[in-house]
Amino acid sequence: MAKHFLRELEKIKKRILSLGAIVEERVHLAIKAIELRDADIAERIIKSDHEIDEMEVEVEEECLKILALYQPVAIDLRFLTAVIKINNDLERIADEAVNIARRVSIIAKREKLDISFDYSLMAGKAEYMLKKSLDAFVNLDIDLAFKVCTLDDEVDRIQSEAYDRIKVAIADHPDRVGYLINLLLISRHLERIADHGTNIAEEVIYLIEGEIVRHENFL
Amino acid sequence: MPKVQATSSGESVTYKEICVDKPVKIEVKHLNFYYGKVQALQDNSLDFHINEVSALIGPSGCGKSTFLRCLNRMNDLISISRVEGNILLDGLDIYDPSVDVVMLRSRIGMVFQKPNPFPKTIFENVAYGLRVNGFKNKTFIEQRVEESLKLSAIWDEVKDRIHKSALELSGGQQQRVCIARALAVEPEILLMDEPCSALDPIATQKIEELIHQLKKSFTIIIVTHNMQQAARVSDITAFFYMGRLIEKGGTDTIFTRPKLKQTQDYITGRFG
Repeated sequence: MAKHFLRELEKIKKRILSLGAIVEERVHLAIKAIELRDADIAERIIKSDHEIDEMEVEVEEECLKILALYQPVAIDLRFLTAVIKINNDLERIADEAVNIARRVSIIAKREKLDISFDYSLMAGKAEYMLKKSLDAFVNLDIDLAFKVCTLDDEVDRIQSEAYDRIKVAIADHPDRVGYLINLLLISRHLERIADHGTNIAEEVIYLIEGEIVRHENFL
Repeated sequence: MPKVQATSSGESVTYKEICVDKPVKIEVKHLNFYYGKVQALQDNSLDFHINEVSALIGPSGCGKSTFLRCLNRMNDLISISRVEGNILLDGLDIYDPSVDVVMLRSRIGMVFQKPNPFPKTIFENVAYGLRVNGFKNKTFIEQRVEESLKLSAIWDEVKDRIHKSALELSGGQQQRVCIARALAVEPEILLMDEPCSALDPIATQKIEELIHQLKKSFTIIIVTHNMQQAARVSDITAFFYMGRLIEKGGTDTIFTRPKLKQTQDYITGRFG
């Protein structure tokens, strides 16, 4: 029974990691769509989101099945609860990629307006946090997980900067409010991706240490 | 009084500070136990607190049942056995030569793996301990039998056939009658050695519910091979391996984040 159980856990791990890889790719595409103002890429992200939704449900069902059949404890229980939560975070990250894609679809149709705010720094950090949180999960690297948690404040700060710049831009270009709100929302969606990356890192810390570190100040 | 031969105070033992504000009922200090030349328990120290359920877990042959049987001197019945260390019940050493063992066992009741009713009526099974202890008043005995059967959540099922043989009952009912028999002499502590291993899930559920109820009045120590049962019924879990107490702690801690790898390997089934 123990071997069968371990095989089931291994299967779950593979599934969640492949979901993680696909979600990483979607985030990467969303960032590319922002950079290039590319409606086609945005459309691809929106159309393919159902794949991620289906994978998320499958992973959750597998986890529930294992919980019911094996009643795992200790590290196995922590692993499964971490997977259930990470699974949810990954699906939400993919939703944020879809949200970004929707904003890009709108702004791509409009004339470009420079607002002296560079999205690449924020996008790069959010993408990095997602990647490193998943690396921490794969390698059970608690130091890396803590590092991801500390990065969240930086992304929050950049988002706040975006808000200030866009506020000024709205004052300067009252006729482009709709366009600018979409830009603001893109920064918000990127910030949410970073938040979910932090959640994943926190779950990795729980998985390794058995301590719930949510709501703690990491700085 | 047995001589204490404390060894290296159990380096492998993790004593997790548990938030226990209840007084200690039984204090086990550096307990060693031998079956002839074979040492079955090695330098184990462990406290049991009043109105708490403690589960002893570990693989077969790890010494948990031997440990349990030391607590009411059941091992005295094995001629080649020898005990070292102290077991204090309310501060008094139960292995002191002045201790009356019958009296001790009326304070520390025991329920065994297999229901073992006497080939007598249900009433006589429960009254047995009272009679052995010299109680003769009929009304008192009747009252105590009823109370014990009620406390054991079996009264409603047997009240109309209380003078029929206990052997006619189902396994789960027999086990609850045995619990009633143990409770009739008003023990302070109840030792349970795998009390549900011979029972079906429904009877097991009833015994587990009973344990929850009984802990309001008794200190309970249970040996179980069933991890889920230990997790469900106990406040404290102690893991034994090869005669040693390896780790003890709050049950929720042991089953979510045990401190030692050995404990984790056992409870997650990765042992050996």
